[in-house]
Amino acid sequence: MHKEFLMGNEAIALGALAAGVNLVAGYPGTPSTEVLETIAKRNPGNVYVEWSINEKAGMEVAAGAAYAGARALVTMKQVGLNVASDPLMSLEYIGVKGGMVVLVADDPGPISSQTEQDTRTFAMFSKVPVFDPSSVSEAYEMIQEAFDFSEKYGTPVFFRATTRVDHGYEALEVKDPEEYFVNKPEGFVKDPSRWVIFPRLSVKNHALIEKRNAELKNVFSEYHRNKILREEDTAKCRKGIATQGVNFMYTLDSLHDKNARVMRVATPFPFPEKLALDFLAGLDEVLCIEELDPVIERALTYVCGKYSLDVRIRGKLTGDIPPSGENSMEIVRGALAEFLKNEEDETGEDGTVVAPAAAELPQPPALPVRPPVLCAGCPHRASFYAVKTAMRGKKTIYCGDIGCYTLGNAAPLDMCDTCLCMGAGIGIAQGVGHIEPDTKCFAFVGDSTFFASGITGTVNAFYNQADMTLIVLDNSTTAMTGHQPHPGTGRTVMGQVVEKVSIERVLRAIGLTVVETVDPLDYALSVETVKRVADEPGVKAIIFRSPCIAISKPKGRSHVDPDKCIGCGKCIRELGCPAIILDSDGKKAKIDTSVCTGCTLCEQLCPVKAISGGAKNDTAKGGRHE
Amino acid sequence: MSKNIILCGVGGQGTILASRLIATAAMDKDIPIKTAETIGMAQRGGSVFSHLRLGEGINSPLIGKGEVDLIIGFEPGETVRQLPFLKQGGAVVVSSRPVMPVSAMIGQSKYDAEAMVEYLKANVEHLTIVDADKAADELGSAKVLNVVLLGAALRSGELGLEESDLENAIREKVKVPEKFLELNKKALSWSKGGK
Ligand code: SF4
Ligand code: SF4
Repeated sequence: MHKEFLMGNEAIALGALAAGVNLVAGYPGTPSTEVLETIAKRNPGNVYVEWSINEKAGMEVAAGAAYAGARALVTMKQVGLNVASDPLMSLEYIGVKGGMVVLVADDPGPISSQTEQDTRTFAMFSKVPVFDPSSVSEAYEMIQEAFDFSEKYGTPVFFRATTRVDHGYEALEVKDPEEYFVNKPEGFVKDPSRWVIFPRLSVKNHALIEKRNAELKNVFSEYHRNKILREEDTAKCRKGIATQGVNFMYTLDSLHDKNARVMRVATPFPFPEKLALDFLAGLDEVLCIEELDPVIERALTYVCGKYSLDVRIRGKLTGDIPPSGENSMEIVRGALAEFLKNEEDETGEDGTVVAPAAAELPQPPALPVRPPVLCAGCPHRASFYAVKTAMRGKKTIYCGDIGCYTLGNAAPLDMCDTCLCMGAGIGIAQGVGHIEPDTKCFAFVGDSTFFASGITGTVNAFYNQADMTLIVLDNSTTAMTGHQPHPGTGRTVMGQVVEKVSIERVLRAIGLTVVETVDPLDYALSVETVKRVADEPGVKAIIFRSPCIAISKPKGRSHVDPDKCIGCGKCIRELGCPAIILDSDGKKAKIDTSVCTGCTLCEQLCPVKAISGGAKNDTAKGGRHE
Repeated sequence: MSKNIILCGVGGQGTILASRLIATAAMDKDIPIKTAETIGMAQRGGSVFSHLRLGEGINSPLIGKGEVDLIIGFEPGETVRQLPFLKQGGAVVVSSRPVMPVSAMIGQSKYDAEAMVEYLKANVEHLTIVDADKAADELGSAKVLNVVLLGAALRSGELGLEESDLENAIREKVKVPEKFLELNKKALSWSKGGK
């Protein structure tokens, strides 16, 4: 054992390695990404790791490995689980031989996601058991236990953590590589009655799953991480708090009433019913403190109904806890104070919650408004601006995608009219076009997301004779999640150099005849190309190719010549590049050279050529950036 | 003894590295530590913060309002945003250099950074203002602002660490050539004479 300061996701990764994981697959997505990255980095050499093209592919690869007796891990964020749900729903009926953990990172808030869906609810729907850690150090231990449970019961299990565990850091003791469990897969053993899903098998296995999950309720009641913290004086205890995940930590730090009982639920499904009965005994009221769905609240309400218990269950459904968003110390403290305040306390004070004295503050001046923006020098800004200029005055719709380019929605670009889920812009552009034939329909997709879920939509468009322009914003990386490789980069996470999948060739193979590749930082050529291509009939594509600024070195920095600048403000107003500010008199443009990448876009725009010094990366013609 | 610290700024300013440096220094001294970081979309120029909790008996990685001993602000407006977390008598170290949001540059919002500094002066007794432009000029680099601020935080007395602890952490964490190590050391001690 040795001590390390680890991010939650790193701890989960090291826990999986300690559990002898043989194969890890996944698709990047905040807040899950660092799990797979850490496994790749800390690979003792015998673990197969891949970034799959999407979560469905990853789920299937992991299932195959688990069929062969390997310990397998698949990682994704909560919306990725939607993509992977098709194989997972059936996989639960088939089961696994080696332990298989489906790691899903949920994002209350949401901080970096489209939805506030709860994987605990998905667990009930798919009948897959779920583990819900409360802290970084616990996650390290718990994922090892999850592998054991999975293997013992022959079922995939969910390991779902939320942002504050995934992206929290703690110093903890972890095993040395020599101490890792070694799992030797037996290999796949042919048995059609086990591995081939047919209605007959499904109905048989459905019954077995229900029986197993009923048994797991009891098993989980004994699982040491499902626990009750008892009150000091049972005669005085009338109120209980049921909680989960990081909310358990907020509760521990806020609650100072020694006569309240606390239940922490580590496996919300199958719900540890016996333990809950024990918890509810003698209580009048329970407050459920949880994030996302009221899973514990519903489970306890059910238990009370089933056993005719006269305990009032409160939480989200009763308005005691906010129905949406992330909880904070303030929310938990406030809810606890409210819940416990009627306590018949001889001292007459509630004394239940430590509310520190904050300094009294007057109203501050208007705080800066900072929605996230495209980075200085981001080639997506140039692509959006070229399309915007080329289509000025025309009736258009710009259907966006999930990734950095979602940030193209912000003023002054205002180039994202719709955004739904990964790849959806391609289908939405078609649908709008079928209803409004006079609209120029554009769909924007990234390079990684093109492979993840853009290809089927494009085939659909081509086959069904849609009229639309597909814009692929190819920056040679998966940028938003921290620069993962994908099929177009010619690298794998294991460090192999492989044949690149060419987006152009894929598009041409589908049947598109107009497929053009342009460097978006060549402003005039980009505008001209968009004008020309958008006028072609049917489905056509432009690939804007220029590397993400985070993976390429700037070749120069631009600066404004104050003698030439006429202060027209065009560079600031049109582009919204965070590097361009005003000089101290607030009259002329000035470039912050510590963030400017010298992309030259503003140079090409300035009407009096006052800006110079940049040097753009030139990769559209000279082949792909590595 | 426990310490609650918030680092705040704008995505891209280096708050996460600074938070790692404090954590590394604390861990080397066997002080238990928990942190929560902003990772994701907000890193693209949005408001970011790190919560750090040092000491025994801590469960939650997030800090509640009125519980923070020290705010290390990389930007005046972001520091004001976090001020409700400061406990009575807590310390603030702040860089005077604003980062103008695009929304203000194009006239969609207003941001008066000087008013922020004035507000901090009026409402924080234990305040250290770091002149980031002067530091960048004298050190010849704007990239070590995070280390300059850590130095000022050390001298506020609220960090609970020594200069040598942070120096060691820089050596461990910032694995760069000797000359950058020198620059970082200079940055760490800059606020001794510089403010
Ligand atoms: S060259 Fe102009 S547009 Fe490009 S990063 Fe620098 S300031 Fe921004
Ligand atoms: S576009 Fe040119 S002239 Fe106009 S403000 Fe910018 S640098 Fe000055």
